[in-house]
Amino acid sequence: MNATIPTDYYLWLSLALFTIGVIGVLTRRNVIIILMSIELILNAVNINLMVFSRMWGSVDGQVFAIFVITDAAAEAAVGLGIILAFFRNRETLLADEMDMLKW
Amino acid sequence: MAALNSILFFFLSALAVVSAILMVTRRNIVHGAVYLITTLLATAGIFLLLQAEFLFVVQVILYVGGIMVLFVFVIMLVNLDVSLLRFQFNGQRFVAGVLALALSAQVFLAIWMGRNSLHLPEPAASIAAKNTEAVGDALFQRFMLPFEIASILLLVAMIGAVVMAKRRV
Repeated sequence: MNATIPTDYYLWLSLALFTIGVIGVLTRRNVIIILMSIELILNAVNINLMVFSRMWGSVDGQVFAIFVITDAAAEAAVGLGIILAFFRNRETLLADEMDMLKW
Repeated sequence: MAALNSILFFFLSALAVVSAILMVTRRNIVHGAVYLITTLLATAGIFLLLQAEFLFVVQVILYVGGIMVLFVFVIMLVNLDVSLLRFQFNGQRFVAGVLALALSAQVFLAIWMGRNSLHLPEPAASIAAKNTEAVGDALFQRFMLPFEIASILLLVAMIGAVVMAKRRV
């Protein structure tokens, strides 16, 4: 009896999380929720890296996942810093009111 | 053992997907953050099923303990009644939903056509026992340069966050 779950089940899970994240990025107005949806997308990518690392029996995918998590941390720190600075100036968190570059 | 693995996988997947959907659709940002934490913890469980113990710990400590605390902290800092506004979704939501579904349908097709060539090997006890050691070896030998570049990236992000959050630039 096969003790493992097929690889494509993990890929379906990853695809579902990725799609939900993309929908969140494209449809929400709140910038913090957009950032959180990006974290969700990065997380879906991590599942893919991990399952292929397991499939090929090598840890390279896990090392790449560590780099992805590093990037997520850097992105969250800088993005939240930008949100704080923007909120201090404009008193809003809505993405469609961030239009100062459109003039 | 196989049954336990399957039950755990389906439970964790359902938890991750349901809380992700709730995260994207809730009005209140704090609720969204809590649902995202649930998704991240369920994903950490998936990592454990895939015998990536080190990544499981990194996910729990760094994502849930670090990044999400940062998110919740910023939500507390900027909390005005923006979360109770009437229009939480922007005007392009139908177009955006259709486009996102088209994108996911493409990926769905790709996975569907290639699914027979994908199969996980049986878990190897000897490799699983030394996961952290293997990751450390790879990180400090073959991936030494990317590792150092990542540290510079973190330094830049730290300085950038401090400068941007300062009151007077």
